[in-house]
Amino acid sequence: MKDSYKPDYRINDRVRIKNVYPQGHHRTPWFIKGKIGHIAAIYGKFLNPEQRAYGLDGCPKQALYRIQFKQKNVWVNYLGETQDTLCVDLYERWIERV
Amino acid sequence: MPNVHDRGGWPNEEAINLDNHEWLDWQWQTQALPIVLRQKGIINSDELRRGIESIPRDDYEAMPYHDRWATSIESLLIEKGILTDKEIQSKVTEIVRRWN
Repeated sequence: MKDSYKPDYRINDRVRIKNVYPQGHHRTPWFIKGKIGHIAAIYGKFLNPEQRAYGLDGCPKQALYRIQFKQKNVWVNYLGETQDTLCVDLYERWIERV
Repeated sequence: MPNVHDRGGWPNEEAINLDNHEWLDWQWQTQALPIVLRQKGIINSDELRRGIESIPRDDYEAMPYHDRWATSIESLLIEKGILTDKEIQSKVTEIVRRWN
């Protein structure tokens, strides 16, 4: 299983974070929902915390990505430099291709 | 409105207090307890987080950091049938008596 694993996204793919607010535990912060960034790193696959939070085994594992955003695209009226970036680690089910 | 724990980017006019402070004994114990419970396979970190996030908004806002941990651990142990609310309360009563 481990060797056959291929993540759905590749480095530099442009992606949007799903703008949804499910009831249960999840690790996607509100401020990044609906925002567009690109894949900066692929960490591998990990047990799904959204399942583990309820005592389940967390399978199937979920790919985890480091996604980079431009700060000015994340915050309204961002006052810093235009080239400033923000990275957030996000699980595959939260990502959609742009 | 984001959930109460989902704090990133919330506007805040207050300066952040960066001073170090000494932990009380119970805070060390509260920090250590999930490590033991994880090693024994009783809880995992995601459950601990879910327990913290389940604290009602007003209670959450009123609680210092380790109180939230302790509350989460307590509700998880009750949920898993390892301790009962009654057992915890009677132990608390016993300890309070011993300390006073």
